[in-house]
Amino acid sequence: MQSHPAPPRLTVEGLACRRGGRMIFAGLSFDLGPGDALVVTGRNGAGKSTLLAILAGRLRPEAGEIGFSGDGEATLPESLHWIAHRDGLKTALTARENLAFAADMLGAPALDPLAALERVGLPHVHDMPVAYLSAGQRRRVALARLLAARRPVWLLDEPTAALDAASQETLRGLMREHRAAGGLVIAATHLPLGLDQARDIALAPPSGATAQDHEALS
Amino acid sequence: MRRAFFALVARDLRLSARIGGSGALGLVFFLMILTLVPFALGPDLNLLSRIGPAILWIAAVLSTLIGLDRLFQADEEDGSLDLMLASPLPLEAVVLAKVLAHWLTTGAPLALLSPLFGLLVALDGIGMAAVAATLLVGTPALSFIGAIGAALTASIRRGGLILSILVLPLMIPTLIFGVSAANAARGGTVPFATPFLVLAALTLIFAVIGIVAAAMALRNAE
Repeated sequence: MQSHPAPPRLTVEGLACRRGGRMIFAGLSFDLGPGDALVVTGRNGAGKSTLLAILAGRLRPEAGEIGFSGDGEATLPESLHWIAHRDGLKTALTARENLAFAADMLGAPALDPLAALERVGLPHVHDMPVAYLSAGQRRRVALARLLAARRPVWLLDEPTAALDAASQETLRGLMREHRAAGGLVIAATHLPLGLDQARDIALAPPSGATAQDHEALS
Repeated sequence: MRRAFFALVARDLRLSARIGGSGALGLVFFLMILTLVPFALGPDLNLLSRIGPAILWIAAVLSTLIGLDRLFQADEEDGSLDLMLASPLPLEAVVLAKVLAHWLTTGAPLALLSPLFGLLVALDGIGMAAVAATLLVGTPALSFIGAIGAALTASIRRGGLILSILVLPLMIPTLIFGVSAANAARGGTVPFATPFLVLAALTLIFAVIGIVAAAMALRNAE
């Protein structure tokens, strides 16, 4: 993986989110540079996925600013991978076809779909329709997208969900490589991911306690 | 960007070939309407051939509606839409690619097979050619109009009913000029070109409105 021409920098200032008339979180600020990782924790419904959806440009924040500078004119949504709850795979297409489509769609193709599947340990199912794959295998195909197209910011929503221990280790290796190459990782999770020197943000409702005990959650 | 556009068209065509999709369903529905009409009206060939173009056009409009609700909903449900929104390809181009694939699997086969179906309603040679030509030019408008409704109802489960109510009124002008062009080709006081050119203009107008409106609806869907 080659290093990115311009180092990505993501600045979030006073971000607030309201869903269904209820304030989910407010006054969220952080600043991430090349190689940084951010782990977002919080109980169910604390707004972890919502925060990622806002960063991905799918939801509008109630208040706050999101600043991003990266490679040339590319905006934040065009510079990120968003691995959400839904894997974004077509069950009637094979794993390889799904990855080839994602690479074409996202631009900046990196690894060949087959090589990307090999990295996540699925070379033997490349010609199988995704409908026949297990939940964990589908998740790994979705994660192979991270390698099939080169993008500096990774938004990972519960990336270890449905993954076995070996695959979790693979994912850790991928994140380490990505950060070493100057990439950014933002992960929302309940489980410890084992990211070195990652910053933590615990999301909590604005009226309650401002900082939740991270240890108690993980 | 061109690569992303054609990758999307190719994916949708491949999906519709692999899982049947709305294309085959629409074609069968089209055939069912055309088979039933002669039984319902009786063996009056003059009557059948007089109202033939109208029946073909009504069948085309109704069969376009079949499966239209899945146009964006399927991508919304499995998260593919997030992938498209993260693409450098503008959302308008995404809509155009989806509509193109939709038309190639529904409208285009209907238009190309309509001479064959025209036999069922006793159309003569000129009538068949006229219906095929009007369907070829008019059905893209139906797909573009449908895209607006499909984008608006993308995140609504069982949005098919709302979708039909939303888009059917918009399809009426295309239906009127499609049928009148097909009838004009078989004689009468109006020259064929007059309604036919209006039909072509409608398709172009709805191409612009459909792409912009559907992209706007998708962008604001939550």
